Amino acid sequence: MTTSERNTEAVKRLYAISESIYEQLDQGKIPKMVLPLRTKANIRFDKKSSVWKYGDQKGARSAKKVQGAMMLLRTSYMLELIRDMIESNRSSTLRESYYISEGWGKAKFHSQDESNMLAEDLEIVTQCLREDFKLRPEEDGARVIGDLNIVETDRKGKRKALNCRDDVGDSGYGIPYNVEKEKVELGSTSARFVIAVETGGMFDRLVENGFDEAEDAILVHLKGQPARSTRRFIKRLNDEMNLPVVVFTDGDPWSFRIYASVAYGAIKTAHLSEYLATPSAEFIGITASDITAYDLPTDKLTDMDVRALNAELKDPRFNTGYWRGEIEEMLRLGKKAEQQALAKYGLDYVTSTYLPEKLNQLGLMRK
Amino acid sequence: MPSSSTAQKLAKGQKEISVSEFFEKNRQILGFDSPVKSLIMGVKEAVDNALDACEEAQILPDISVKIDRVDQKEYRVTVEDNGPGIVSTSMPNVFGRLLYGSRFHAVRQSRGQQGIGISATIMFGQITTGKPATARSKVEGAEAAKEIDIIIDTKKNMPVLLREDYIPWNDVPHGTRVTFYMNGRYVNGRQSVYEYLRQTAIVNPHACITFIDPEGKKYVFDRATDQMPPRTKEIKPHPDGIELGTLMNMIKATKERSLVKFLQNDFNRVSERVAKEICSASALPETTRPTHMTLESCKQLLEGIGKVKIMAPQVDCLSPIGDKLIRKGLKHVLEEVKPEFYAPPVTRDPKVHSGNPFLVEVGIVYGGGLPKDQQVQIYRFANRVPLLYQQGACVITKAIENTDWRRYGLEQRGGSGIPFGPAIILVHVASTKIPFTSEAKEAISSIPNIQEEIQLALKACGRNLKTHLNKKERKSKTRAKFEIVQEIIPLMAEKTASILDRPVPDLRGTITKIMNVVWIDDQVKFEKGRHKVKVSIYNYTPKQQKFSVHTIVPNGCLDEKSCSLAPTDVRDGEKVSWELPRIASTEIYHLTYELSGLDADMYQEVELYVSGINPVDVMGADPLPGDWDVEGLNFTETEAEEPEEEDADEEPDYDESGEDLNDDQ
Repeated sequence: MTTSERNTEAVKRLYAISESIYEQLDQGKIPKMVLPLRTKANIRFDKKSSVWKYGDQKGARSAKKVQGAMMLLRTSYMLELIRDMIESNRSSTLRESYYISEGWGKAKFHSQDESNMLAEDLEIVTQCLREDFKLRPEEDGARVIGDLNIVETDRKGKRKALNCRDDVGDSGYGIPYNVEKEKVELGSTSARFVIAVETGGMFDRLVENGFDEAEDAILVHLKGQPARSTRRFIKRLNDEMNLPVVVFTDGDPWSFRIYASVAYGAIKTAHLSEYLATPSAEFIGITASDITAYDLPTDKLTDMDVRALNAELKDPRFNTGYWRGEIEEMLRLGKKAEQQALAKYGLDYVTSTYLPEKLNQLGLMRK
Repeated sequence: MPSSSTAQKLAKGQKEISVSEFFEKNRQILGFDSPVKSLIMGVKEAVDNALDACEEAQILPDISVKIDRVDQKEYRVTVEDNGPGIVSTSMPNVFGRLLYGSRFHAVRQSRGQQGIGISATIMFGQITTGKPATARSKVEGAEAAKEIDIIIDTKKNMPVLLREDYIPWNDVPHGTRVTFYMNGRYVNGRQSVYEYLRQTAIVNPHACITFIDPEGKKYVFDRATDQMPPRTKEIKPHPDGIELGTLMNMIKATKERSLVKFLQNDFNRVSERVAKEICSASALPETTRPTHMTLESCKQLLEGIGKVKIMAPQVDCLSPIGDKLIRKGLKHVLEEVKPEFYAPPVTRDPKVHSGNPFLVEVGIVYGGGLPKDQQVQIYRFANRVPLLYQQGACVITKAIENTDWRRYGLEQRGGSGIPFGPAIILVHVASTKIPFTSEAKEAISSIPNIQEEIQLALKACGRNLKTHLNKKERKSKTRAKFEIVQEIIPLMAEKTASILDRPVPDLRGTITKIMNVVWIDDQVKFEKGRHKVKVSIYNYTPKQQKFSVHTIVPNGCLDEKSCSLAPTDVRDGEKVSWELPRIASTEIYHLTYELSGLDADMYQEVELYVSGINPVDVMGADPLPGDWDVEGLNFTETEAEEPEEEDADEEPDYDESGEDLNDDQ
């Protein structure tokens, strides 16, 4: 489907929602909209695609409660906004749509969380992407450095070929919010694998140490919880160029979740897991056992950290022997460590010792 | 064996200590035990006297208090009133002699009791600063005011005048001004001169109090009413629970020549019959000469009194503030906090402790700007005087702690202790003799009958609070649904219709399904001395409804002609019933009526009851209590059950699944 076909389809499906609300009112019913519950308890492993998706549990958004009634009302306003944007070939950021709602009177959003949530709900119900709704996130994807040739169609419609190592500055290639084929074409690469790095500091360390050239790697900066476009970009590298993906993060409960959203799919966007997650991505550290094995400088787990770890023990995505072991070990230690803690042994230690050891286990080091 | 000379030596060393000397050495007994407190005590004694004097003369008090800082430690306090003034010959004794006063022997409610206050204050000032006090007073009709500079000879308990002048005080027809110096410390906060005056203003709404603090800042607590508290009558002591010492003093002082006459004439509520009964119960001849009575026969008499049933003392010796004025006083002073609710105050009937009549009053203020997460504030008053110290030792605090406030909508761990919540609890104990724990008059002793009375009053007022809170909760629940059907659903219909280019659908079905209830809302407006009440009845059920509503109005205030629908019944002038016409599904019926002759704040909440309809189908009114036809206003508290219409087989609420969707923190 072309972009405009997808837009038309999106509007058609949104109309169906408004129509259903109208019909329910007309029949004297209490309007409601049924959606899969977006909870931890309602994500299931999909064997076919090897990612986690929403299960069968449904929740009703009903006009019986103020909150539900408001969201149903906003759905119609949102539809109108989307229709108008498509007709005039404009787009808006999620933040802008939140501000646009200022003009909706009673229906206006009270926080951006509400508008983000509704955009995701509409994706789920219509099985479209928010890009099809002409809504885009304001945050960009993160940065990429490595020998990768791509062709990007720029905002003026011009196709630009560039190499993500030689044609970019030190901050790398910035991943745009839309990384679909019509926007970014993947060309060729000499890289043997992709390494996704949580923090900017470690990303820059690897760049400075020339890790990408030395080991033929493509470095991707995750910037904390990765944006959709970053995850989609990684997935395309994996799918289309057959590059193995490794994830290198801090050693704390939140980093485990970063890995999970790259590899398994995030709870919040489980309706898109098939499209965003890279099931074959490997976690290389910092692991709980690294803390002891490498005798890393640590911080004590905070109460929030402990709560997060305990929540992970109940998270079906982490219900594997490996993750149970890691989580329980971290709880036992009561400690966490940052990736940059490796600097304890010198600035080169991460590229000369730590990563080679880890990659070797995965057979990714050059013989 | 001690020689007689030792005894003589000891006797030489023993000498009379004057009262003033005694208090000079034990000033904490009078409350002058810290610099902060001394200043408050000084102001308090002068203001109490001023209020008492005005009340006695039935003059609306105008009192001004000014505090100036002389140096680091020393302050000058000036208190002026518009009272009747003091005749010039009495001035030295009033200001310069302890235990001199008109009220010491009187059985009636007043602020000061022993005549220690103002002279003790002057003495304290004299001790700490070495400076005399200045008093000026003018009685009505006098050409000039007399002004004296006075100190107290503490050894002799006698006033010493250092200066005596007559001053034309032309702009003042009558009044008294006293200025004294004392060491102290001026502070702000819960225990401060400002707080003392503020609370004084609450329970003395007839007084206008002006205060100028050491910074020169002026506060005016304006008069909330022109109505003076009625002058309290002086009564003779009541024999119940009288103490032996008091009895012996009375016997010594009596002019009566026989026991029976003494009992009959020197006591309250003792008739000739009762006097004779007491005599026979004490096995003392009626003709016994009181002057000849021994300690032994006095004890006998006391026992005899205990055996005879005597009528409770009359109550016109007490001056309750009254529910109306408590509310006014609170409102006036608490304006800036904007409390959400003033629970109708409760004034209990008088009771007796140790022969002294007393009564208890309670008021509760709730919500608005009052802090939510702290202990409630307790305002304690004894005979219209605020008690700022020794909260923990006071029977008022004990009574509050022993009341289960959870039943009345306040937080309280374990159901005892000082409750938490956005509230002020006011308790006023009025008595001819307040049993204070000490001369400093800071806390009331824990006397069981007093504590019991306070608790009963607290509970009655607490129920008023709870009624309000219940109503508020019900209203907010209903308001949410009302918002859905009145605003959101119509907008939804309009929007979807316009997007789909179809006609706006009929919403009745949806609305009645969401509400499925008869909603009753009321509004009270006060205009031109009349309360205009509008009761709106929304039938949000799918069926038509026919039923009756009932309400209670203050007795005799309903203007029947103003009713939009003629009442079917008006019982006892206060219980009003209307049989409503049929109300079709989704229709609204408005019922209006007016009340006249009430102050604006005397009717704020409409009590509504329904009959002839399943109460579960009604929101905003309670089922008619079973005793509507029988009793007066004492309703049993009935809770309307909440209609719960959740369909069990439905999906869980999508928007309230309550889980954090984000993987990051």
